[in-house]
Amino acid sequence: MSERLTYREGMRQALREALLRDPRVFLMGEDVGMYGGSYAVSKGLLAEFGPERIRDTPLSELGFVGAGIGAALGGLKPIVEIMTVNFSLLALDQIVNTAAALRHMSGGQFHVPLVVRMATGAGRQLAAQHSHSLEGWYAHVPGLRVLAPATVEDARGMLWPALENPDPVIIFEHAQLYNVEATVEEGAGADIVHSRIRRPGRDLTLITFGGSLTATLAAAEGLAGAGIDAEVIDLRVLRPLDETTLLESVRRTHRVLVVEEEWRSGSLAAEIMTRIMEQAFFDLDTPPQRVCSAEVPIPYAKHLEEAALPQPSTIIAVAKRMLGRGSA
Amino acid sequence: MSPVPYTREQALELVRQMLRIRRFEESCAQLYGEMKIRGFLHLYIGEEAVAVGTITVLKPEDAIVATYREHGHALVRGIPARTIMAEMFGKSTGCCRGRGGSMHLFDAKSRFYGGNAIVGGSLPIAAGLALADKLLGRPQVTCCFFGDGAVAEGVFHETMNLAALWQLPVLFCCENNLYAMGTALDRYESQTNLCTKAASYRMATQQIDGMDVVAVHEAAKAAADEVRAGRGPLFLEFRTFRYRAHSMFDPDLYRNKQEIEEWKKRGPLHSFTGRLKSQGLMSEADFERLDAEVSEELKDAVAFAEASPFEPVETLYQDVCAPVAASA
Repeated sequence: MSERLTYREGMRQALREALLRDPRVFLMGEDVGMYGGSYAVSKGLLAEFGPERIRDTPLSELGFVGAGIGAALGGLKPIVEIMTVNFSLLALDQIVNTAAALRHMSGGQFHVPLVVRMATGAGRQLAAQHSHSLEGWYAHVPGLRVLAPATVEDARGMLWPALENPDPVIIFEHAQLYNVEATVEEGAGADIVHSRIRRPGRDLTLITFGGSLTATLAAAEGLAGAGIDAEVIDLRVLRPLDETTLLESVRRTHRVLVVEEEWRSGSLAAEIMTRIMEQAFFDLDTPPQRVCSAEVPIPYAKHLEEAALPQPSTIIAVAKRMLGRGSA
Repeated sequence: MSPVPYTREQALELVRQMLRIRRFEESCAQLYGEMKIRGFLHLYIGEEAVAVGTITVLKPEDAIVATYREHGHALVRGIPARTIMAEMFGKSTGCCRGRGGSMHLFDAKSRFYGGNAIVGGSLPIAAGLALADKLLGRPQVTCCFFGDGAVAEGVFHETMNLAALWQLPVLFCCENNLYAMGTALDRYESQTNLCTKAASYRMATQQIDGMDVVAVHEAAKAAADEVRAGRGPLFLEFRTFRYRAHSMFDPDLYRNKQEIEEWKKRGPLHSFTGRLKSQGLMSEADFERLDAEVSEELKDAVAFAEASPFEPVETLYQDVCAPVAASA
């Protein structure tokens, strides 16, 4: 049996199934209950599961993320929703200094089975305090597992294994994806370990994740029209990186272009390119390239915001250059 | 002075616990000088009555969340002096196998959740532990220690609100030693009555003489009963004083000698033993016997730490994350 779902509905199904499956699971965050979730992900769950398990919180990111850590230590399986990655900075202390460090700091005595979900990314003219992509900051931290579901199937499938993971997991949901629709097989699971080839190709490898998968797949189609067969890899897991899948692909295509919405300086793209150069330098036919966001706080006006973000046309132009196909 | 409301055995146990902390801390200072203990070292001398008076009223199933000045709390909770000392020596027999040191003592068996060195960072964790107890219907208390300095952190206010709003079973124990590191309370707080702050969240509060172990013990007993009965969180402010500098790096230039001498006159150990002697509950010989026992325990702890091996460097990457199965 397959069904047609939006990314939002996929995530909601995942939440519902987790709440039904394990009484220790509960959801908390700003406006997850009465309001239905700021992106309407948890709509209807309050009526079904009640205010203890669908728990509205004050605007206290540091407080309720810390409480999530404590609840996890106390034997529950909390899912904490933070409205956006920008707001998550208010909780960074608890995530980095406590959740990520506790297992090691306690000599393995304690662990924090906490899932933190948050929206990320630009594209809705929300300007410089609601649009950023800071996934790489989290992917920098040992002790965390960082996921970026980019498909409806992953939105539905990654939450349960994340909850089963004994250590803290951060899930980034790109806000542009919530309305994306796809047909998914009922009960299809997803792992939280591997990257996936979303489009096989021979000529170059495009590596991306989250919201940038759409633009990258579109660029790959555009490149196909120009006779360039691009492979598209969806990272899915930002920490720890699935190096095997990346390196295998690059060793076949000999060219790599990383596409993502973070700023390029110190980005995940920088890390991925470095690892490829460290381990597959002599397999490369051309220097690795990347298409990232412009290094500006994301602006409000539509044309400026678009200019700041990776677009299929830019990806196509860079890819063509890498293959010596003119300046485009 | 009113008679102490304890049997001779109970009274001597309080003396013994305070002595254990006093001698342990004195020994730490010396071992720091001998370079056996490194890193930051924060001594609790002068504040012993608070840890002893509160922790002795808790049950084994209760939880404790403490600060980086926590050797005393760990000792009273029953973590063996041997494993605490070995931890400070950075040895593999330490309670955190040398990953934590003085500031990060943890013990799963006695539900001792650190050893937290981000000021205020332990507060929301305590709220979360209590949330788990509440949702799972366990009549347990989470006892949360923090200093006066934590009150200036935003997370203090976020946690007070969450705990009161959700009626969480937390016993908040503010160890007000009048200085946030080197800054005096009236130089960093507009409102120096700390109970007022907790009370503004509609929490019951009480200010207690933290130099008087009887006052501490009686207040903590009553407060823990209230919290355990589900009558919400409670805030106890213990007025106390550390005799030593903030840490071993602190030249203590911000306090005058007279202030320290005044507080020493009210020292928790000699004021209590004086009371017991005048009431015929304790003799000088009793004290000497206790002191000898404590010295023996300490000598054994130091010898144990000294003789213990260091962790093999090969274990460096242990306990960062649990291994994750490759498939969902």
